[in-house]
Amino acid sequence: MITEDKDINYNQFIKNTMIKGLSLFIILNFMFSFVPKGGNIGGISLYNRVFPGRARLPFGENPRNAYNLSLYDLATMFASHEINAGPKPDEEYRVILIGDSATWGILLEPEDTIGGIINSNNLKSCDGRKVYTYNLAYPSMSLLKDLMILEIALTYDPDLIIWPITLESFPVQNQIQTPLAANNPHIVEPLIDRFELSVTDYLSDINHPSFWDLTLVGRRRTIFDALQHQFYGVLWAATGIDQTYPINYTPAQQDFLEDDTMFHGWSSPILPVEKLCVDIIKAGHILANGIPILLVNEPILISKGKNSEIRYNYFYPRWAYDHYRTLIQNQAQHSGWHYVDLWDVIPVAQFTNSAVHFTPQGAFLYYQQLEQPLKEFLCQ
Amino acid sequence: MSLLQTLLLVAFALLIRLVFPGKIRSWVILAVSIVAIYWLQPALPIRQLDFWFPTATLGIVFLSWGLTAEKNAIRDCENLKTMGFTFSIVMLISLTRYVSIEGIITASRPPKVFNIALVFFIFSGLTVLLVQHLNTKKSFIVFGIFLILCIFLILKNPLLSIFSSSQLRFLFSQNPTLAKKTDLGWLGFSYLSFRIIHVLVDRLHGRLKDIKLGEYLIFTIFYPSFLAGPLDRMQRFRRGFNQLNPITSEDTFQNLARLSRGLFRKFILADALAVFSISSINATQVKSSGWLWVITIAYSFQLFLDFAGYTDIAIAAGGFLGFNLPENFNRPYLQSNLTQFWNRWHISLTQWIRAYFFNPLTRYLRRNSRIHVIIVILITQVSTMIVIGLWHGISLNFFIWGIWHGFGLFIHNRWSNTFGLRIKTLGEKQQGLQPFIHASGLLLTFFYTSIGWVWFSLPEADLAWQTLLRLFGKG
Repeated sequence: MITEDKDINYNQFIKNTMIKGLSLFIILNFMFSFVPKGGNIGGISLYNRVFPGRARLPFGENPRNAYNLSLYDLATMFASHEINAGPKPDEEYRVILIGDSATWGILLEPEDTIGGIINSNNLKSCDGRKVYTYNLAYPSMSLLKDLMILEIALTYDPDLIIWPITLESFPVQNQIQTPLAANNPHIVEPLIDRFELSVTDYLSDINHPSFWDLTLVGRRRTIFDALQHQFYGVLWAATGIDQTYPINYTPAQQDFLEDDTMFHGWSSPILPVEKLCVDIIKAGHILANGIPILLVNEPILISKGKNSEIRYNYFYPRWAYDHYRTLIQNQAQHSGWHYVDLWDVIPVAQFTNSAVHFTPQGAFLYYQQLEQPLKEFLCQ
Repeated sequence: MSLLQTLLLVAFALLIRLVFPGKIRSWVILAVSIVAIYWLQPALPIRQLDFWFPTATLGIVFLSWGLTAEKNAIRDCENLKTMGFTFSIVMLISLTRYVSIEGIITASRPPKVFNIALVFFIFSGLTVLLVQHLNTKKSFIVFGIFLILCIFLILKNPLLSIFSSSQLRFLFSQNPTLAKKTDLGWLGFSYLSFRIIHVLVDRLHGRLKDIKLGEYLIFTIFYPSFLAGPLDRMQRFRRGFNQLNPITSEDTFQNLARLSRGLFRKFILADALAVFSISSINATQVKSSGWLWVITIAYSFQLFLDFAGYTDIAIAAGGFLGFNLPENFNRPYLQSNLTQFWNRWHISLTQWIRAYFFNPLTRYLRRNSRIHVIIVILITQVSTMIVIGLWHGISLNFFIWGIWHGFGLFIHNRWSNTFGLRIKTLGEKQQGLQPFIHASGLLLTFFYTSIGWVWFSLPEADLAWQTLLRLFGKG
């Protein structure tokens, strides 16, 4: 009899536990769908509290060895960056770098990136503030992605924005393709609407989450990644490593086919200007609202291999890139943008695994050319 | 084992318990266990080896049973039925080669059915020969143990593994120069070998009655404990086998609770700690000894939670099936000395080693030599821990790990012999000191084992030594 009573109690207990557990799970899922994407939850971080903030936005294709992984939640990404460490110190002249993988620093240690080199040169503004650069670039070529980052970066009170650009970031079809833009409709769409950006033909590339995608189960991957990102904080703090540095890599392509002259399906002699998102650069200037922006046409590899007389590199046929340079130069003059063209300042030997990725020596040559234009802003 | 695989196997355990009553249950358990050893075997670079290893597992189990079975045991209808049943399951698995070019149950496409049947008949024929025509089995049992240890040696020693892999690659017309030590990843062999050796030794010494092939098969390849233990004993296991009790709500509740704890420990805590636990890569990259301590201690907890989590899952799954598997961990990091730690860490393995290595060696040395008792303690403790170390892998780092713990146990033995009573009396006289003494012992034990894990976690002995130096601010 005692066993039976016990059995009945346990039966009841299991049943109750199951029902309560299931109910809580359903309620929690339902409630979670009301938590906005990119809301305050993403801002909860151990970085800048327990671990030092990261020197670059999180990005990693090999998390196990890079101690870094790619996230799409910008709130989580910014929360782990050193820019989020606290209010801007009075003695700091804050420079923000946005841009692509060249600025982020693929195959470069944080101190060897262009941002790292600026910081190591102990520059001071005319009012005595120490120049400190925050690397907010992200490895994908899209001006819209840069604009998204810029919008958030502006909340951190910068004194100067350096925006390295390259032609590959301009084609309209490249703008929303990047996962960071495609997975953040709540940031991208208001920007597109506000500035009437010319990307409207590609709005279908934006991933709009369904109700189920917003539940706890639907967002399990995002939550898991955000948690994992926190755990990698230990190794970031312990090693200072945030990407893998392979000893051997495939060097950037220098030989090309003789008829390889197309750029995104466009052929010589001129680029279709309406298909290049110059309007995003304009939007960036409006968004900056008076905070100076230094536009930099970033260095590219000028190859010396087979058929290099028709192509500069893997990305660019000569005709397209030359036209782009003229176009931006004219646009900058016309719009009064601060613009420097540093496209050829790095010799071919200083490029690594891509036509826009360079060695520490390459980055230093780049800095040497950038230093003077940068200094001109420090006294404004 | 992934979370999905774990959940599926546990769900099977529950299903078997609920759907199949009494005798049929053991047949279903056998079938699922056979399928599981094929299903869990990871893909291997040597062609079809991921099928032949589980097949060899069954073959070795058959042959070792043949060595221990009573004469005419093969005429027992039940044993014959088991053999036929095993053959049928393996054939069914092999037939999946006609369903898909890639493996469905197996990691890759199974070999030709005829080849499998042939190998199976060879194993079965040899088993029948061993049972029926071997009159004096003692030397054959010893030889069997020797063979199992040889296979163990090949699988666990990197040099022998690479050599054997290159030979196998040559045999299967693959490039021998690509041989790697990981090529011979025979799933569950460490546990399988110790289970078989235990049965062979106990049968040899008459400590174990005749075993039916069915219960022996289930004992050796019982799927909840096949991968990561616990290392059960036949005497204990067959009690559960013979008393497949009806399900009670209390059992179900306790097993569910145990399962939840296991899943939480393994897939949440251990996997989270694994992200930043010490490894060959990060050990060289960490900039300060403080962080090196952090990742070393993280490894201590990760290893415990991973292993203890698996044990919880295995015990819960075993419980669902009606088997009461032994405990493997009992708060090891809360012990105040190394002896207590080893009484509570991987309990089933340490008990196995104690029974089949430590005790016989101690008896032998005490009876047959004039060595001083203290030297006997030193030899037995160090050699026992070396054996435990080498069970994990026959390489220098595990050897040193064994020595580290062997000496630790010896030092503790001498310490407690010399000062133990005095410290205990002091603690009793001054009650305030008791927590301090306990905490000191606990911390010392924890840090001693954590430092030992450096040898355990880093396969290169040089790197482990450098890491140890760096932990103490040198190097």
